[in-house]
Amino acid sequence: MTRLLAVLIGWLALVSASAPAPAPVALNLVTGDTLPERLSDFHFFTDSNAQVPNERVTPYTINTQLFSDYAAKQRFVYVPPGLTAAYNPDEAFDFPIGSAFIKSFGYPADFRDPDAEIRLIETRVLLRRAEGWVALPYVWNAEGTDAVLRRGGARLPASWIDESGERQQISYRVPNQNQCKTCHELDDEIALLGPKARNLNDGARMASWVDAGILDRAPADAPRVPVWDDPEDGTLEARARGYLDVNCASNSGLFLTYDEADPVALGILKRPVAAGRGSGGRAFDIAPGDPEDSILLFRMEASDPGIAMPELGRELLHREGIALIHAYIARMGNE
Amino acid sequence: MKIFAATAIALLGSTSALAATHTVEAGPDAQERLQTALIEAQPGDTVQIGAGRFELTDGLSLDVDNVTVRGAGSNATILDFSNQMGAGEGLMVTSNDVVLRDFAVEDTKGDGIKSKEADRIVYHNIRVEWTRGPHPDNGAYGIYPVESTHILVDGVTVIGSSDAGIYVGQSDQIVVRNSNVQYNVAGIEIENSHNADVHNNFVTKNTGGILVFDLPNLPQMGGHSTRVFNNLVVDNNTANFAPAGNIVASVPAGMGVMVMANRNVEITQNIMADNATGNVMLVAYSQDYDDENYNPSPRDVRVSGNIHGRAGWAPGFPGGDMLAQAMGGSLPPILWDGNGSGIVVSDDVPVVSLGLTSASQPRGEAQPSLVELHGETEATSQAVTLPDSMEAALR
Repeated sequence: MTRLLAVLIGWLALVSASAPAPAPVALNLVTGDTLPERLSDFHFFTDSNAQVPNERVTPYTINTQLFSDYAAKQRFVYVPPGLTAAYNPDEAFDFPIGSAFIKSFGYPADFRDPDAEIRLIETRVLLRRAEGWVALPYVWNAEGTDAVLRRGGARLPASWIDESGERQQISYRVPNQNQCKTCHELDDEIALLGPKARNLNDGARMASWVDAGILDRAPADAPRVPVWDDPEDGTLEARARGYLDVNCASNSGLFLTYDEADPVALGILKRPVAAGRGSGGRAFDIAPGDPEDSILLFRMEASDPGIAMPELGRELLHREGIALIHAYIARMGNE
Repeated sequence: MKIFAATAIALLGSTSALAATHTVEAGPDAQERLQTALIEAQPGDTVQIGAGRFELTDGLSLDVDNVTVRGAGSNATILDFSNQMGAGEGLMVTSNDVVLRDFAVEDTKGDGIKSKEADRIVYHNIRVEWTRGPHPDNGAYGIYPVESTHILVDGVTVIGSSDAGIYVGQSDQIVVRNSNVQYNVAGIEIENSHNADVHNNFVTKNTGGILVFDLPNLPQMGGHSTRVFNNLVVDNNTANFAPAGNIVASVPAGMGVMVMANRNVEITQNIMADNATGNVMLVAYSQDYDDENYNPSPRDVRVSGNIHGRAGWAPGFPGGDMLAQAMGGSLPPILWDGNGSGIVVSDDVPVVSLGLTSASQPRGEAQPSLVELHGETEATSQAVTLPDSMEAALR
């Protein structure tokens, strides 16, 4: 009798454990040649609002991120079972076919509440297919239960209470599929930006990727960009250079990558060529010691779409970023 | 079934057996519908934009080869960017063999239509306009092909650019013809380019009419072989409204045709009149530069067979009024700064040389005198020939 009961209990446990087993990530959709209509088609998440990642979908953060109108971002990486990305000290890692990056954008109702739920606006997906990376924008429905492919982009109202308690309201721009290439481009192909050693390296993250079977190796001497807003983490110059690397290097006409050594390539004492009214009448991209005469800062401080930089994904001014670059330029030549 | 349909379309597309037409009409969500059509178009397809006013909030872009974007006419199909929130140009093209025709782009925050690394592009019967007229906050360029080979701009109208109405930069094999440029800072500008024919254009009410420039510190330099002929270049006296910090901000109002730092340029058979600074100005690039591969002087320029009307009565450059006084109250229609070589003028009007001997010499040191510039030049005529497919697109 006791034995029978034990068998019965065991059987019940088996049933309840196996019933809701989630379907794995739809690798055939990642590698295939269709453009899935809904984000949920991929099974990157086991819940309906992209909060619980599926097996081998790993959440991560980076040291210094692109400013996108103060949007909160959630990043996930997926690498197919049995495969790993190849480490590279300078460029984005080489991810195997079938890999995917998933990045969601949204706002909490109130930035002063650290536990507030993020209301998602869009999720961008980068799929590593045989022919290269494919970028697809998905826009969340009003209920927050799924996101739908919108290749032509969209505009949606967004509002939140910022850290100082002020209400902010913008027309949030979901980029169209062509616009992904404005930044994510290398040699006319779509390229990764964030997953580079220098921006992932926080001393532990890459090692955890190796442990998770995502990355082949994590050398101890990997390069590193400091966290831009943490003075404990790097010098003013290093943090400013890291900020410019992430926010401006893709599309400024300058060469603002973190390891660039040529001062003119960095914009120091470089005169504008075709900046038009984007120059604001200022003489140099960066005038050392003189932020008020530096075009780079003028364009960070501009809201006019004919002047503002970066051109995409920024309607609001990034006050903290402006303060950092202002200090960086002001200190030049005055050390 | 859906996958089957997609496969069928792909097969047809690969054999060019059937090109699809994607029709977009005016109305709500025009932004997303039009942009989606530009993304979903396959090579060989046409995006047909209906008549009416399309209220757009963001720049459009096309990145598919061999697509025709066609409206119902340059006054019938209007892409209206007066409420543009997003950055950049009205339309950006980054693919080859694209034909743009029969529509208008109005009031963009940045450039009107830009094409970059877009070979064999055709602009036909397009209007780009800033409807408030000249204003420094208008977009810089109206029609803006750059870094491309084989460009045809035919029958376009550009009004109100705060830089150049039609600007072709760092390109090769260019034809700009039958176009109408008014109230721009520069009407037509060919910059750092090779082999351009600029002809049969109506160029009026700009600050400067037609500019052939070469600038330092650009990936492509050594501009050469431009022919400017059969154009009507009259009354280009609009005050310069370019924002500061821009090379055309230094163009004096009242300029007809200006050549700066270029080689092998012909200015022939044009009608040029009522330009208060001058009908033709041939000068060196006079600013500082740090580029050992750059030649700042004009070389091998031929000016012949042009008809000149009144010019030079109110020169718009610093010191111009004193110079005019010294010349008897008015400058001759043709002005050369004295720099460069192979400058030949056979037009039946006087030519003044400023007598400068180097590009960086201040104009204040000018020793003006009337000069005869008959003689030999290396300048040679060679028509630009475009691929047949481009001319065929106009029919």
